[in-house]
Amino acid sequence: MNIYVYILVMAVVTYLIRMLPLALVKHEITSPFIKSFLYYVPYACLAAMTFPAILHSTASVWSAAAGFAVAVIAAFREKSLLTVAILASVAVFIAERFI
Amino acid sequence: MTKAESFYMGVKNGIPIGLGYFAVSFSFGIMAVSGGIGIGQAVLISLTNLTSAGQFAGLDIILAAGTYVEMALTQLIINLRYCLMSFSLSQKLMRDEGRIHRFFAAFGITDEIFGVTASQKGMVSAWFMYGLMSVAIPGWTLGTLAGGISGSILPGYIVSALCIMIYGMFLAIIIPPAKKEKPILAVVLASMAISTLFDTVPLLRNVSSGFVIIITTLLVAGLAALIFPVKEAEKSAGEEAEA
Repeated sequence: MNIYVYILVMAVVTYLIRMLPLALVKHEITSPFIKSFLYYVPYACLAAMTFPAILHSTASVWSAAAGFAVAVIAAFREKSLLTVAILASVAVFIAERFI
Repeated sequence: MTKAESFYMGVKNGIPIGLGYFAVSFSFGIMAVSGGIGIGQAVLISLTNLTSAGQFAGLDIILAAGTYVEMALTQLIINLRYCLMSFSLSQKLMRDEGRIHRFFAAFGITDEIFGVTASQKGMVSAWFMYGLMSVAIPGWTLGTLAGGISGSILPGYIVSALCIMIYGMFLAIIIPPAKKEKPILAVVLASMAISTLFDTVPLLRNVSSGFVIIITTLLVAGLAALIFPVKEAEKSAGEEAEA
């Protein structure tokens, strides 16, 4: 087994998955169902990836929960992406160092 | 917006992605090198794959000397969500740009780059994605390099604090529109509930993380499309996200 063949297989498969729909679907989709479906995909996908994965992203569930709570509040107040990310990060830092 | 403005906007939006990537790929670098893979090879994996779950799974297969077919299938399943995202972006990228841009922009379809691109208002230029990629790809690649070299440059609590940034960003993308549109709120809560089931219920826990995302997305977005069809003909994926 050659590591460079592994890397090649990984890279090619991953790229093809990303590229084919984008390169091949040229026309605007008119089906209301598909349009609605695609409209909801980002939210469904990002929500599924965020929770509960966020709770396992730090050293302890508690510091992660603190970061999660702070991020939810900041996002609810419509802070920018970077601001929300940094506030969550600071909350985790404080929770792990000082509590 | 000109190409340069789109690119600049992308760079600006890409900074939190790049920082978050640095942290995540840092841990990939540590794991790869401690498993016995060369630093250069670990960096090559990050540069050519640009994906977290797929790389961590791929690393396991390399270290266990799995077959190439197993590698291909695992990548296909874990990264199949990119296919949905790519499909969604095919409706989002400007049509007057050459097809060649779609080949280049496609390389940058990751969870985060997709999330930020889909949340832009209206149609998006490939240059916006190039802007995101110009920060995200170095962040991802250099993070692996730093992790591989240092092993433990940063204390654990710093790595922890950096790792949560990606999720903070996701929340900043999905929560504001969920506040304004009830169907989106329902989608967000349902997705989180279903992925929590996959994380906790005994048999469901065996489903790989890539599959959980695919199943949840198809199920929730499909049901939402049936229950809350998007009325306006003009509305395309994510258009309202930052309205």
